[in-house]
Amino acid sequence: MHYTTAHEDTELIQLLTPDGELRDHPDYPLDISTEEIRDLYRDLVLVRRVDTEAVALQRQGELGLWASLLGQEAAQVGSGRALRANDMAFPSYREHGVAWCRGIHPKELLGLFRGVTNGGWDPYEHGCQLYTIVIGTQNLHATGYAMGVQRDGALGEDGTAVISYFGDGATSQGDTNEAFNFAAVNNAPVVFFCQNNQWAISEPLERQSRVPLYQRARGYGFPGVRIDGNDVLASLAVTRQALRSAREGQGPTLIEAFTYRMGAHTTNDDPTRYRVSAELDEWKQRDPILRMRAYLSDQGIAGDAFFTEVDSEADDLGERVRRECRELPEPDPLDIFREVYAEPNSHIDRQRADFAEYLASFEDAGANEGR
Amino acid sequence: MGTKLTIGKAINAGLRAAMDSDPKVLMMGEDVGKLGGVFRVTDGLQKDFGADRVIDTPLAESGIVGTAIGLALRGYRPICEIQFDGFFFPATNQTFSQLAKMRRRSAGALSLPVVIRIPYGGGIGAVEHHSESPEAYFAHTAGLRVVTVATPEDAYWMIQQAVTSDDPVIFLEPKRRYYEKSEVETGGALSAATPMDAARVARPGNDATLLAYGPMVKTALQAAEADTERDIEVVDLRCLAPIDYDTVTASVRRTGRLVVVHEAPLTNGVGGEIAARVTEECFYHLEAPVTRVCGFDTPYPQSRLEEHYLPDLDRVLDGVDRVFAY
Ligand SMILES: Cc1ncc(C[n+]2csc(CCOP(=O)(O)OP(=O)(O)O)c2C)c(N)n1
Repeated sequence: MHYTTAHEDTELIQLLTPDGELRDHPDYPLDISTEEIRDLYRDLVLVRRVDTEAVALQRQGELGLWASLLGQEAAQVGSGRALRANDMAFPSYREHGVAWCRGIHPKELLGLFRGVTNGGWDPYEHGCQLYTIVIGTQNLHATGYAMGVQRDGALGEDGTAVISYFGDGATSQGDTNEAFNFAAVNNAPVVFFCQNNQWAISEPLERQSRVPLYQRARGYGFPGVRIDGNDVLASLAVTRQALRSAREGQGPTLIEAFTYRMGAHTTNDDPTRYRVSAELDEWKQRDPILRMRAYLSDQGIAGDAFFTEVDSEADDLGERVRRECRELPEPDPLDIFREVYAEPNSHIDRQRADFAEYLASFEDAGANEGR
Repeated sequence: MGTKLTIGKAINAGLRAAMDSDPKVLMMGEDVGKLGGVFRVTDGLQKDFGADRVIDTPLAESGIVGTAIGLALRGYRPICEIQFDGFFFPATNQTFSQLAKMRRRSAGALSLPVVIRIPYGGGIGAVEHHSESPEAYFAHTAGLRVVTVATPEDAYWMIQQAVTSDDPVIFLEPKRRYYEKSEVETGGALSAATPMDAARVARPGNDATLLAYGPMVKTALQAAEADTERDIEVVDLRCLAPIDYDTVTASVRRTGRLVVVHEAPLTNGVGGEIAARVTEECFYHLEAPVTRVCGFDTPYPQSRLEEHYLPDLDRVLDGVDRVFAY
């Protein structure tokens, strides 16, 4: 089966084995305190909890849709924590872990999936652009942004790097391939972070690519690396290095995080129609959270008290996410006309006025007829 | 042979019939194989016709339409599925600059029998880019035929007509009506079915004409039904390019009033074109200006507001009132 090939892959960069053993990698030294390691574990658990709650909220009819990140926490948290405040992330629609690391409150994410907002957060405040749904488009935006960074002379040690997130399916899009080329010929400070979760809805990786995805970078003229996407430490170390290289003016890197989507594509999807459960069982052995937990306890970095504390923090967060989701205010009907243009626009002004009058006619009728 | 089918199942049955009757017919798109498409419209086709004829493509719309053009040039009849309306746009260059113009450029030497199926329109509580109404872009592009269906019967026959057409056809599927069910006469010859470019009087009436297509036909019929004081005719346009003006103007000449309804934004939409043409051809028959009830000139809103964006029964009736109050 396709997923075993990369497992044996000698080029797969892994710092933490599925059993929780730490291995040094000559090219990717892990420069991290025990406190940071504990924080990474906490992030993983909390992000998974947000995801679990969101799936449940969708089932209860509180959300229209949710795209679960189950299984991809390590790829997202590792790379997300590698970012600095002035870096800019360009997410797709499943990057709840990245959003978390960028300080975007879970309820902002829920608002989008509940249908009360179209975006939800200020991209500049968080250094994280809005979710994108049209596959591959954000890779060009990230590249253009990085070209802007270059022109601003904002590179160097304290400079800005850009990171773009997308899936294995997205590598088939023209936009992604154009972005790779623009980034390459311009030597733009952008990291392309592909979460290869093996599936694009029902289509396995073989329907998207005949070569390992990280190897594509060579054809464009920049380095590509494949990491164990379920290893938060590898994700952190490799992304840090790629961001540093971008900041130092050495141009783009493609990181392929080899991981697995453990849930359905979205809450609308039924994966039993196209994949076998043995595959899932295999990947459960490589769960990103379990291996961190094993490492933390084997090394005596954390004990039961810490794990209990994180779990109860997750319980609190879960409760808060549920409550805040239900409390999200309903948008006003006239919001439809808001912020369509920066300058006044006569079409919109007229339609807004007509619609306001139309809505008011119901209130009048209600007052008269008790409707 | 009548059977009750949903619109989705009727398209499936029509696709199956088309593939059965011509081995050159291919189906291609994202997730159309094992999954049967995200709306299950292609359910079971790969199982029965094989992965060579029902092709799960890489995730690339320009690639889908571009290679379909090549396959058509080689004598095949590809049916492309674009997963959602909002994901058509990566394929615009291939569709507008290439697919639509090749026949003309080759002075008729080339035929492009490509069908592009697109689930379109709102009303399913989706997230962004899943509820677009792009029909005017297509209808504005010479060289394309643009059709949409409102009933399972039309769905079954029109998809087959689209496949057998030697022109490129944009086949718009009203996704919020996929589950509407009614009787379909699946027996009989394709040649006997109403041509796909003919409009249809869905409900006869004498006092005003309500013109709709695709997802709004049902709403228009409900509005006509709800208006107990007036006798409203409903015309289902079916084909947006070319438009069957004969049916439209014949109706308006009799009723004297026209309300055009669509989900797509009002300005520069299909409704504007119809209003202009009806004014030109039926000026002396009109009792009131042609009125349009449409989506707003805004991006499709977040799902919690779509009930306000989409013309509903009340807004359609309000439009009808306006042509009588004139
Ligand atoms: C241009 C475009 N085409 C189709 C879709 C519908 N669609 C949404 S997600 C998806 C699969 C994406 O797979 P991948 O890039 O591997 O990312 P993943 O969802 O697995 O994270 C598809 C086909 C879309 N959103 N955009």
